[in-house]
Amino acid sequence: MILAAVFYLFAFILLLSGFLVITARNPVHSVLFLILAFFNAAGLFVLLGAEFIAMILVIVYVGAVAVLFLFVVMMLDIDFAHLRKGAMQYVPLGLLVGVILLTELVISVSAWQFNSLSQQNLAVPEIGLNAATNTQALGAVLYTQYVYAFQLAGLILLVAMIGAIVLTHRVRPGVRKQSIESQNARRPEEAMEILKVQSGAGIS
Amino acid sequence: MMIIGINHYLTLAALLFTIGMFGIFLNRKNMIVILMCIELMLLAVNINFVTFSVYLGDLAGQVFSMFVLTVAAAEAAIGLAILVVFFRNKNSIAVEDIAAMKG
Repeated sequence: MILAAVFYLFAFILLLSGFLVITARNPVHSVLFLILAFFNAAGLFVLLGAEFIAMILVIVYVGAVAVLFLFVVMMLDIDFAHLRKGAMQYVPLGLLVGVILLTELVISVSAWQFNSLSQQNLAVPEIGLNAATNTQALGAVLYTQYVYAFQLAGLILLVAMIGAIVLTHRVRPGVRKQSIESQNARRPEEAMEILKVQSGAGIS
Repeated sequence: MMIIGINHYLTLAALLFTIGMFGIFLNRKNMIVILMCIELMLLAVNINFVTFSVYLGDLAGQVFSMFVLTVAAAEAAIGLAILVVFFRNKNSIAVEDIAAMKG
């Protein structure tokens, strides 16, 4: 009873904020609603018993991806009203495709039942792991059975990091920066000159 | 209706996926919102993975959902970096201007 109420609460806020992400006029509001959607999805994952994915969702999506979006939206000076022009042109087509897609998906999943044989074909049966918590069970699998995939995931992140740095890095000419080496290499004899100034004559 | 089964979660994921897809049509010009819609669709896919994983008692779905998260983070980082570079050069993020990159 309470579980159902919590599910409907999270699901309703998730769908509402998802809808507001795509309809908000200001992209900053879109990003903030995206963060709300991620939080509610994390709540649903906790409800399902997948705590680790829920925490990863909050840390990675809210902490990194959404903040990255927020950063870019605020950094770029964009005329959003201009981008809105002619946006309604493709809405009928989008509605048509969306309704067809939704109908098909709901028809295919609404009466879902597992085959009785499916229990014999599990890749990683949760019962066989004897883990106390979801996090322990995931760790026991991730670092043994899926260790190569895990390393590959790290490699993907490394490539993404290097790619983002290479893409956005730029060398600007004419920027005056401190050069500590040349400052340290400077000697008094090349930096200053002692002149004998005659009184009243000045220096030319 | 009071017992939440697998069908509720799958329907929710289907709805969220459709919202994300419709958002791409609705914000056809705004590259940033299109990227956000892709994030929404990936979230729906993650909900599907975790739901099946939990109701089947198979942990592989949750492991795969973590890899989906990894790829989504990498995709967002690279996509936004390309967007920033494009904005520096063209002073715009409209999709029809990006089509000028075609050969």
